[in-house]
Amino acid sequence: MKVAVVVFPGSNCDRDAAHAVRLAGAEAELVWHERTELGGADAVILPGGFAHGDYLRAGAIARFSPIMAAVREHADRGGLVLGICNGFQVLTEAGLLPGVLRRNTTLRFENRWVRLSVERRDTPFTHAVPAGMTLRMPIAHGEGAYWLPEADLDRLEASGQVVFRYAGPEGNPNGALREIAGVTNERGNVCGLMPHPERASEALLGSDDGLLVMRALVESLATAGAPA
Amino acid sequence: MRFRFAVDVMPRDGILDPAGRAVEAALPQLHASNVHTVRVGRRVELTVEADSAEGARQTVDALAADFLANPLVESWEIEAIGG
Repeated sequence: MKVAVVVFPGSNCDRDAAHAVRLAGAEAELVWHERTELGGADAVILPGGFAHGDYLRAGAIARFSPIMAAVREHADRGGLVLGICNGFQVLTEAGLLPGVLRRNTTLRFENRWVRLSVERRDTPFTHAVPAGMTLRMPIAHGEGAYWLPEADLDRLEASGQVVFRYAGPEGNPNGALREIAGVTNERGNVCGLMPHPERASEALLGSDDGLLVMRALVESLATAGAPA
Repeated sequence: MRFRFAVDVMPRDGILDPAGRAVEAALPQLHASNVHTVRVGRRVELTVEADSAEGARQTVDALAADFLANPLVESWEIEAIGG
């Protein structure tokens, strides 16, 4: 099993993500954003950072990186795509996930630990999470306030696309509507979240809860095989 | 021919603008307490090579909607400028 971790100019969690993938038992390959193919990878991670300096809007320029055509094709074939933080922003800008990540309503860059409730445990990204468990992970972002018009939010909830919500005493760190921290597309094969599972993938880092997300991803590949 | 445009992108009305709010919060220190309702956007200036002003304008219209602004949360105005 191989997971491609896309490296944009300004990505800064790419090696951490690759490390977490290896901890979860798969091979990881860093793929420069100018490439046009994913090197035969079974899944793709768009990592955190500040792709293309976050100029214009976070993710707005990365959406047009050459590699994104291959990411889109992979997603269209049903392949798994996980966007973490900046990667989530790229996926929304690319239209692969619904919504917008707006500037934090707290007026600051938020760099701290949060707790997540897992709203869906039947996704390729969460099935390794034990029932009732909340996940402790760090966030580090200035633009993480999930936003959609109210009617679209209702549809998103009704179709079960809200996967992670900020929960517990740590609360909602950025003003995200309905405490939304992570969503999937309708088909369920593309997922984005603002918190960093790769930064919570070893006990030494303060939590290894994030490894459950990586393990779920890798185990899904082992079960399903690569998309046709 | 060359045509130069400015695209002014603003947060849509009714959408919270944290950058505007942060600027506003500093105003009392500038003794500008009579200033309020600050909103922060961005301005993009660009030159288009095209056969006609209309064609150039269409190019900018498309770029603004698809790239320079996010229509969900931002509005924009396009202005032809000299130079």
